[in-house]
Amino acid sequence: MFLSYRIEKKSYTPTFWDNILLPGCALLAMLVISGIMLVLLGYPVFEVLFTFFISPLTNLYDFSEVVMKASILVVIALGLAVGFRANVWNIGAEGQFVMGGIAGSLVALYFYEQEGFYILPLMMLSGAIGGALWAMIPAFLKNRFNTNEILTSLMLVYIAEQLLNYLTYGPLKDPDGLNFPQTVYFSESAIYPYLLEGTRLSITPVITLLLVPLVYLLITKSHLGFQLRVSGYSAAAAKYAGFSAKKMVWISFILCGAFAGFAGISEVSANISQLIPDISPGYGFTAIIVAFLGRLHPVGIIFAGFFMALIYIGAESAQISLGLPVSIGNVFQGLVLFCLLASEFMLRYQIKRR
Amino acid sequence: MELFIVILYATIQACIPLLLAGLGELVCEKSGVLNLGIEGMMLMGAVTAFVVAVESDSLFLGFVMAIFAGTLMSACFAFLTLVLRANQVASGLALSIFGVGLSAFIGLEYVGKPLQGLENFFISYLSEIPLIGRVLFQHDIIVYLSFGLFFAVHRFLYHSRLGLVVRATGENHDAAHMMGYSVIKIRVLAVLFGGMMAGLAGAYLTLVYTPLWSENMTAGRGWIALALVVFAAWRPFRLLVGALLFGFVSITQLFLQSNQGFLSAVPTELFTSLPYLTTIVVLVVISVAQRRKNLSVPSNLGQVFEPR
Repeated sequence: MFLSYRIEKKSYTPTFWDNILLPGCALLAMLVISGIMLVLLGYPVFEVLFTFFISPLTNLYDFSEVVMKASILVVIALGLAVGFRANVWNIGAEGQFVMGGIAGSLVALYFYEQEGFYILPLMMLSGAIGGALWAMIPAFLKNRFNTNEILTSLMLVYIAEQLLNYLTYGPLKDPDGLNFPQTVYFSESAIYPYLLEGTRLSITPVITLLLVPLVYLLITKSHLGFQLRVSGYSAAAAKYAGFSAKKMVWISFILCGAFAGFAGISEVSANISQLIPDISPGYGFTAIIVAFLGRLHPVGIIFAGFFMALIYIGAESAQISLGLPVSIGNVFQGLVLFCLLASEFMLRYQIKRR
Repeated sequence: MELFIVILYATIQACIPLLLAGLGELVCEKSGVLNLGIEGMMLMGAVTAFVVAVESDSLFLGFVMAIFAGTLMSACFAFLTLVLRANQVASGLALSIFGVGLSAFIGLEYVGKPLQGLENFFISYLSEIPLIGRVLFQHDIIVYLSFGLFFAVHRFLYHSRLGLVVRATGENHDAAHMMGYSVIKIRVLAVLFGGMMAGLAGAYLTLVYTPLWSENMTAGRGWIALALVVFAAWRPFRLLVGALLFGFVSITQLFLQSNQGFLSAVPTELFTSLPYLTTIVVLVVISVAQRRKNLSVPSNLGQVFEPR
């Protein structure tokens, strides 16, 4: 296929600048491709791109919404990155997100009549535990029976969504809710406090920013992080060094599940303040893109999460002002990952003349 | 008895999308490529088929364009993983995420639009056999085509020279390369075949099974097809059995949902979850079984080929 050229593997590890340049190239390529697509579909390219990527940054309300969405994506992606580094493919963060939302909401509803500072931490804890427990199912199946974790974690997404449907249409439905599938609106003590007048900025981004250095220390400075990385590079080397592969699977899944679960209850409490059947526009899946775009690095993930959140909010405002369907946001997000995977080629290979 | 016949008949129809997508993925994985993008390719096939059929009033054109759309999607995947040698798991996920978004985008104006689905084609004489005739020979033409494709794939993989080369590529790409076969070319073709079949499977959903388009209407069937290939231990016949099993589960749960008897106390969401629960159970059972016997997974599945 390559007549007079040949592809050679480069044998060097990416430098700091490579890790910035690469996602940059991917984003540029994605902008060009989506621009061409918009032209072909007959939309005003620059207006659309402006609405998507610039206008949400120009007013405080939209900006705070971007920050809120970004923090949700970043939390999930942080957890995913730990697993992906160890070659543990947890694709079901969406399900763990939903379970976290449910588990946290149960606490909120249980303490509905009460007030107190302890309710919110309990909700967060419960959300994280809910997500972690859900994530332990594929981890257990993987370790005990060697079942493919990609497929089991994904199937559990559908089951978690059905459970959420059941709860909101059934036992948890608000009796005074005009038969809408929703729980009661949470009490004051069960809603994340807002930080900024006139916006919905709450404490989620603050907690996220606290988690980033923790994850950074875990994966770069700790022995555990070293074990995870070695397992990712070479299962044989990890085994030879005496690292337990099963332990890596457990840790990856539990950590990611807890993070996704925490993200779930954060979204439910701060953004929706009640349990409804649609608590996620696919955050768990978008977070996969965020993790890759951030090069599986906590700091990179912050920027990647911010960019992806920008697309979410941009899609909403493009729908309002330009009549574009919201799903074009998902198209852009998918494109980003395509372009990123394609541009990794430049890093790992070089083309030489024969 | 009547109910039993109805369930069996519906089971066969429900198994077709899984069988088609599964066969495509089977060939793809036999050649050593793991494509996790079936869900996305199926959705693109489904939406393309529907839009084309509504606009052109031709179901045939719908099927053709759906196959083309599926192939095009798989071509993106082939370019990424085989030419640019990207990670197959990540690329497959990207394909699925992209397909979900793009299909929703394309199909937005077509949600809830009516379409006259494909009519059944009774095979003369055979369809008049009591019981068997009703269950097997009163379907639409795609059902017969799918079973034809099933035999063709089986024959191709195990009784043809090229099929042997495909399998050899999946087992040991270095050896196949030494033998003078173009590993990349074979794998590209296998991936494209997978895309074709996924596109056709998607088209079956929107043009025959439920002649409607709604966002994400494959409802995880692409992923279940992937699980089926694992369940089938990469053998066509067991794939057919698996597809029928899943068709049966998904049809039975529909009947159970509408049941007014003692089961009416069970929440319908539990029934809806049944296919997904079954997938997990089946994966566990097969993993246990495969641990005892020798593993039948193609040895080089998912590995990047680096010619030396």
